[in-house]
Formats: sequence, C-alpha cells, structure tokens
Amino acid sequence: MSIVRVQQAYGAIVEGEALISEEGFSPRYDLDRWSGIITKPGHKLEGMSIVDKVCFFPTAKGGIAAGWAFYDIKWKKIAPKAFIFGVTNPVMVQGAVFAGIPITAGWTPHPGEVFRSGDWVRVDPARKLIEAIGRT
Amino acid sequence: MELTAEEREILAGKLGEATRRALEYQVEVGRFWRAKRMVPVTNVHLMGDIEVMGDGGLEFLREEVRLGARCRVDATTNARCIDFAHCDRLGQDPAEVAKEREIIQCMRRMDVVTTDTCINYQTGYQPHLGEHVAWGDTGTVIYANSVFGARSNFEAGPAALAAALTGRTPEYGFHLDENRRGSFAVRLEASLDDLADWGAVGKLVGESHQNYFAVPVFHGYRRTPTADELKHLGAALASYGSMAMFHFAGVTPEAPSEASHLQEKVTIGEREIRSVYSSYSLGDGDARLVVFSGPQQSLLEMRRVAQLFDGRKVKKGSSCFVTTNGAVLAQSRALGYAKVLEDAGVTILEGVCFYILQNLSSLRRAHHWTNMVSNSAKIVNIIGAHRFNTILRRTADCVEIACSGELR
Repeated sequence: MSIVRVQQAYGAIVEGEALISEEGFSPRYDLDRWSGIITKPGHKLEGMSIVDKVCFFPTAKGGIAAGWAFYDIKWKKIAPKAFIFGVTNPVMVQGAVFAGIPITAGWTPHPGEVFRSGDWVRVDPARKLIEAIGRT
Repeated sequence: MELTAEEREILAGKLGEATRRALEYQVEVGRFWRAKRMVPVTNVHLMGDIEVMGDGGLEFLREEVRLGARCRVDATTNARCIDFAHCDRLGQDPAEVAKEREIIQCMRRMDVVTTDTCINYQTGYQPHLGEHVAWGDTGTVIYANSVFGARSNFEAGPAALAAALTGRTPEYGFHLDENRRGSFAVRLEASLDDLADWGAVGKLVGESHQNYFAVPVFHGYRRTPTADELKHLGAALASYGSMAMFHFAGVTPEAPSEASHLQEKVTIGEREIRSVYSSYSLGDGDARLVVFSGPQQSLLEMRRVAQLFDGRKVKKGSSCFVTTNGAVLAQSRALGYAKVLEDAGVTILEGVCFYILQNLSSLRRAHHWTNMVSNSAKIVNIIGAHRFNTILRRTADCVEIACSGELR
C-alpha cells in the first residue's frame, strides 16, 4: 500500500495529481501568480503548473507573502488541491488555512520513495495520511 | 486549545463578527501547531498591498470594514507596491493604483497606522526583551526575535490582521523558550566590511539550512556589528533559510556565552564570501539596473549611498532605484542626501520595496532589463519570479556599476 503519513494537517479530504518537487517553494519567489506556473529561473519545477495539483515540497522558502498569495490564487482559481510540506513555516499554514487549502507538514517515508509526479493521490488530513489511488 | 473566558466570549460574537472570525481562524492555525493557548501581543506589523493581496484580498478587506473591524492593539503597515508620486512614470496600472489607494483607506478605517515600511524596527517601534508581538515581513520578525529579544512568528498579512483585531496570537514557535535556543554554530572569520558581505553570510547559512526552526549562533567575530549589518544578515537568513531567529555571541540579548556545546559547526572566512560574489552569472552583460532596496534604506544607508554618488551621474540608459520610508526620506531631504542622489539621477521611491512593485514584470520587459544588481542579498534572492538575472555586489561596486554601466 502506497501511503505517506504526516505529522500535522489541516483541511478537508482532497484528491489530485501529485507534483513532487526536490526544491522548496515560495509563492512570491517562485510562482507566477497569474498563471500558476513556477517561473523562477532554475527552480527544479520551472515551467510546471501547480494548478489543481497535490504539491509536495521539502521546505518552505521566504516569505510573508504566502498569506495573501494563497487566498489570491484560490480567488483566481489557480490554486493547488493541497500543499504537502516536509518542513513548513507558519506563513504557509496561515495562508493555506485562510484560503481553505489543505496543508500538511512532516512526512514518513519521503514521498519520493512512494509516489511519482503524475500519480493520483488522496490527502486525508483528519487521518494524517496521503495515499496513492492510481496513475493519471 | 485552552481558551480564556474572554476568548470564548469573542468566539460567541461579543466583539462582533470580524473579531469572532479572526479568532476562529487563529485557533485553527494554533491547532495545526499544537498551540496550548493564545498569548496577548502589544504590537502588530502587517503586509497588505494590492500586488500581494489581489482582488480577493481587497474584497476581504472591504468586508472587514463593513463588519466594523477595529484594531485592539497598535498596528502598522509594511512596504507597499505603489509610490503614488512615481506610479505614472513607472507605467504602473492605473486600476491597480486605485485599488492600492482603497486598501490604504480600508486599513485606516480599521485604525491601522499606514507607515508603509519594512524597517519599522529602525523607525517605528522597538519591542523589548520578552515582549510578544505579531509581525511580518520576515526581516522585521528575525530582527525582533534576534536583536531585541522580542517574540514573534512570521505572521502573514491575514494572520497579523487577525492578531490586530483580537490583540493576541497562538502561542507556538518563537513565542516559546524551547524554540529560541541555538541549533548550530557559525564562526565568522571574514572581516565583513560591507553590508552585502553580511547578506552573503545570510545566504550561505540560510541556503544550507532551510528550516524555520533552525537558529544559528554566530560567534568569533572581532568587532561590534552595526544595526544595518544585522538587518542585512537577518533579512538574508530569513529570505534564503526561512529563518526567524539568530543569536550573535556578545551582541544579541539571548545569545549563549559560547557555542562549543553545539554539534554542528560552520566557518565562514574570506574565501566563502568571495565564492558568493563569484557565483553570480553576469548573464548577457547588461548592467542597466541597480537597486538599493529590500529592506528599505535606513538614514545611515541613505547617507552612505549619497556619499558614494556625490558629484557623479547614473550612466545614460541605466536606472538606479533607492527605496525608503517616509520618515527616512523626510530626514534625507532635510540633510541633503536625497538631493545628492536625485542630482546623480537616482530615483528615490517612498513607502515601497522594489521587488513588490506592482507590474514589475511588465516594467522589466518595457525597459529590456535582464540583470538586476544590488547590495541586498535578500532582493537578489526574492525577485526571481519576475525573471531577473540577479547579481550581488558590494555597495561601492553597485554605485560604480550604476555610473559606468559596466558589470564587474
């Protein structure tokens, strides 16, 4: 069974396509907030869209901006389904809760060992787990 | 979470809907972090501008005003994305400029003091040791925790606004003793003679330890750092490492007297600092944009940059921007620094920070800028999403580049 357990979680159950990043994330540093595409030159996911994805990021980068930015991308209908962080910071959580986007932190095992980008996964914050339910 | 009788009353609507939903939101965030209780705060600093909030955020603010939201503690605003004196010339979008004006009005109606600064700790409010505050941006938080010994987490705009309305914040992270201890040691052997060198330290340490809860302990440095040096160090640590606190032996109030008990040890000498400067690609060699911003310039930074520009001119076809807040700009005008800069062809923007300027990507394309040169390691990192190739250089080198148009 392909399962990743998480330590902290907020939000409703969601399903979506996994997008697994080896690099951390900041909506202000890395993301074009009009298209939902990661545009920072050299980012490991440069050119990829986070729209409707279940996004796995090892770390949170920067910045206070995530608080309003997550609400903004949700308003523009270009938000991801969920943010799954290895290590996160308060801003990501404040932003996700404000925007109503599920968010988790702390993972076992590393999602790269269990999922690949493109897998269809379900995030269950109440049970603190993420499971693969197929490939797209 | 353990809530007080007053907090339960707020959740029951005693102070109105805006405050009720603010506390409900804070409790949800607190639960994520397993906060046991809320802690009262004395001061709030919050980010709110149209570039970061977007239409959704503006609509939320309008609703707050309709609901009668009012700050219960002193609250100030961070740098915004429009300088109304320069927005037309910069080609910023008039519709967004109008929205920015509306945001400022909404903030004032909620009794927020619109200071429009990311250096509130240099010109606005200096909390004392152990004082709980709710601040954002990150540069303000790391300065508050580290240099003042005050206590704040990174508080995003909506979270800080909630704290302003309820007068409290969930007790987790840097409000708690156990998260404020040093986690690794950094020996500073480099001489660090320029502000950019301090940012370079922040980049080296932050990039290799990206973790909100990592707390570096700097030691071994042979002179007393200035406030501006610690500002650039902190801003870069927060930007590259998402860090909210550092200790500096012999300097910051909660620093341990020595760092030998910490297992992980890092050393930064001249070689490491040089490696930072040599790591930047010069791209296509274009050097027509030089920026002193992120954080806004202090009065003493304004004086230094003015001294370097005195009697010189920004190269024709190049642009140089300095950003600061209204208080510093007023004093810079009175002291003549602003005139020296403007005579040299430098554009001084007030109340903004360069990287959050509304319409910056369009501005970049309109001016055919590819490279941005700055003495701020923070802005060199943070401006990436606008697709600038960025280059960190020492302050005097930045001035040379602005005046010669040549990258070195």
